[in-house]
Amino acid sequence: MYPPPPTLPRAALNACAAASALPAPKSSRGPMIRACLPPPAPAILALRALLLLALVLGASLAGNQARAGESPDLRAAIAALAKGSFAETEKRIAALTALGDARAVPALEALAGGDLYRRKADGAVFIVSGASGGYRLTDPLTLQDAGTAGRREVKKIRVNNRLRRAIRAALGALTLSASDPARRLAAAEAILKARDKEAVETLDRALARETVAEVAAALQAARAAAVLASDRSAEEKSAAINVLAARGDREAMAIVASIAATEDQALAGQATAALARMERSQALWDVARNIWYGLSLGSVLLLAAIGLAITFGVMGVINMAHGEMVMLGAYTAFMVQGLFGALVPGQIDYALVVALPAAFLVTGLVGIAIERGVIRFLHARPLETLLATWGVSLILQQGVRTLFGPTNREVGTPSFMSGAFELGQLTITYNRLWILVFSLALFAALIAAMKKTRFGLTIRAVTQNRRMAASMGIRTPLVDALTFGLGSGIAGIAGVALSQIDNVSPNLGQSYIIDSFMVVVFGGVGNLWGTLLGAMSLGIANKFLEPFAGAVLAKILVLVFLILFIQKRPRGLFALKGRAVEA
Amino acid sequence: MTRRFFTHGMTRGGWVFLALLAAAGLLIPLLNLALPESHPLHMPTYAVTLSGKYLTYALLALALDLVWGYCGILSLGHAAFFALGGYAMGMYLMRQIGPRGVYGDPLLPDFMVFLDWQELPWYWLGFDLFPVALAMALVVPGVLAFVFGWFAFRARVGGVYLSIITQAMTYALLLAFFRNDMGFGGNNGLTDFKEILGFDLQSDATRAGLFAASALALGLAFVLCVAITSSRLGKVLIAVRDAESRTRFLGYRVEHYKLFVWTVSAMLAGLAGALYVPQVGIINPGEFAPANSIEAVIWVAIGGRGTLVGPILGAGLVNFAKSWFTAALPELWLFALGALFIAVTLFLPRGLVGSLPRLWAKATGTRSKAPPDARAKAPAAAE
Repeated sequence: MYPPPPTLPRAALNACAAASALPAPKSSRGPMIRACLPPPAPAILALRALLLLALVLGASLAGNQARAGESPDLRAAIAALAKGSFAETEKRIAALTALGDARAVPALEALAGGDLYRRKADGAVFIVSGASGGYRLTDPLTLQDAGTAGRREVKKIRVNNRLRRAIRAALGALTLSASDPARRLAAAEAILKARDKEAVETLDRALARETVAEVAAALQAARAAAVLASDRSAEEKSAAINVLAARGDREAMAIVASIAATEDQALAGQATAALARMERSQALWDVARNIWYGLSLGSVLLLAAIGLAITFGVMGVINMAHGEMVMLGAYTAFMVQGLFGALVPGQIDYALVVALPAAFLVTGLVGIAIERGVIRFLHARPLETLLATWGVSLILQQGVRTLFGPTNREVGTPSFMSGAFELGQLTITYNRLWILVFSLALFAALIAAMKKTRFGLTIRAVTQNRRMAASMGIRTPLVDALTFGLGSGIAGIAGVALSQIDNVSPNLGQSYIIDSFMVVVFGGVGNLWGTLLGAMSLGIANKFLEPFAGAVLAKILVLVFLILFIQKRPRGLFALKGRAVEA
Repeated sequence: MTRRFFTHGMTRGGWVFLALLAAAGLLIPLLNLALPESHPLHMPTYAVTLSGKYLTYALLALALDLVWGYCGILSLGHAAFFALGGYAMGMYLMRQIGPRGVYGDPLLPDFMVFLDWQELPWYWLGFDLFPVALAMALVVPGVLAFVFGWFAFRARVGGVYLSIITQAMTYALLLAFFRNDMGFGGNNGLTDFKEILGFDLQSDATRAGLFAASALALGLAFVLCVAITSSRLGKVLIAVRDAESRTRFLGYRVEHYKLFVWTVSAMLAGLAGALYVPQVGIINPGEFAPANSIEAVIWVAIGGRGTLVGPILGAGLVNFAKSWFTAALPELWLFALGALFIAVTLFLPRGLVGSLPRLWAKATGTRSKAPPDARAKAPAAAE
């Protein structure tokens, strides 16, 4: 199955290391990493170690289920492990397995590790970890702390190698026969990683029962790994290599690579060839991964820049307060969530949906106020709008800092945005996918508003020829205010989305302002499609450079490229065509 | 040229400023060094250093005014030249520490020992000599500005686009200097300086001397800027600012003029940075922050661009206000600065020095001897 950890704290550390290697920043909210953070007392560590092991095994004990209720049968079955000879214990393990309840996993795990003890006073069974002056007891079912006991008060339940094998098989059977396919899948993946040669029969039995194709594939791969680790025939091993080659991920590559290094000529040759094939496909997947990450970064850039494409691109206002509009949008999401928590508890998923129009309204109104109060006096002096809006941004930043404090605020992730799924060998997190979809939808809506509505028509008319538009009866001051409001409102909506992947702090906007300007200038001022293409290509370029140059150097290279690009095409990718010399 | 300098260049305000600066450059060190601490007129050393810092900021503002006020190039990257000059001086000061560092390495600065570097990178060679470091403080920003301007002005990148790529430049440098492998101390920058030219940096006399040096540098730079702006070349610069295409059609090579003044300005900014670092005792990548460049622009705007004296005044006033606010009402400083930005752009587009004579004339009802229109006029926007 998987190697029984020698001591529980080390298992906890391993699990922590594995957990912290997970992608996606928001995963830090999950129970696994949180469990790793505080300085661990040995007992609590052991408790967490068990929790984590259980999680790895696919038995999600962290939820309500573990504490939901006592199962007298299960408790009795576990207590029964403490009595009788080895042979009897083996039967009782089988009986426990027959209950088919994954909550027995921690107890079996502790038994295999020699950490399951019987209290002499009442015969109750506990998971025990060493503490100074005595033992710390943990209830094997609820995993709650059950106090301490002196060294004389408890007795270790002894196991031999035969029993350990039985326990391993039982553990495998327990998780592999779980009713939830996700748990079975996790169990199969865990066995694959463990490369346990003893697991072949267990896996064969599980394969015979398996109905879900995805789980069956994982079981096949796990079986192949087990076969390769065992001393079975060359034909079986050769077939196993083919199974793993078809799977083709990094785990499979590591296993095949270890076979390629063995002395068996025929098998090693086959493994080497398979490895080469896998490396080629892996390279393709790497490209796909970079493209996905690039699109993901591009969608963030697009979100950050799309409002600026209106205020700067269309209106020509060098809007340094744009980042603060994004920031205000994120804070609106925070406020709406707080209100939701107070008014309709339990519906927090919808808070983000409500926050979108709320953020549009709030930042749109702030934008209109800025336009009316400051920018309309500066129409003839675009460079000076830079200074005035920078002043506005300082005031907004300090205002938010005074109201909400300088620390980060947390905006919760709705359930439909958490988690991830696998696409081939890509792990795609839902929040990144939603942000990509959302940014494209926002872009499409904006394009439609500009091209298909009367309001969009008047915006274009005023920016193209203000005096002519005015003489045609368009109220240009009103259109100016509404356009700026539209750009600001869209920045606010972007802020709601960005609150899902970034820290909501008064400095949120600062980190986006330079990137936003780069995207708009690169794409071509005044051209929305240019902004889309600019954001995506900058995002992808950045991610393709990162493996070679590192994150910071990649960013520097992109900036240098942009500076050079502006020399070549001073008006961006898609320049508006015109005859004016000065324009 | 000399005659033009006296007839057209140096206004009465200019002479007054130079006289005041000379007086301050002599008096403040005297008040600090000659008077006993108990004397009511004694100038505490921290105030001398603070004033010296303001003077270097003023020099940066002056450099910015030369390109923005007289040539219409709004640079959002002048802090980069300032910081590069500062790093050149910081490298010299690091080398002066010698074996007195924490690790006691005779050759390598502490951070290199910490990073386990074995030898000095080639670009650190020669920085143990003061003339080399001072020359580099001018040459490095100058060369960067020349190369940057060479491409940008030939491609006729102007207006907003130029502002934004200068911002990209300083941002890229900010990121680059944060990297430890650059060999400039990474996040922490260069600090823990001991002495300059053999004088202890902590002593009152050295600090007074640095103040006097800053005053001298500012005075010389001011004279240089007046000379440039009052010469024929200066007239062409103003023509470029007000009507770039027309100037080009008249046969002037606009990009050459721009490149010249841009490079000179960057070198002045580098000099300011070189004087700044020994007085504040640290240089780190934070100095590259785009916000710093924008703040420098506001000093110029508040003082009055295209007036040379104005930006110096603006830098002094804003920084004095900043020192006062951050001590007395820290949470209000950004509100005040933001409001100042807005108020100046809306109500004082010519800045204090540009607007006051006009306001004075209005108040007294007399015709003012306001500066000629071309100079006071706000630069025509490039767009």
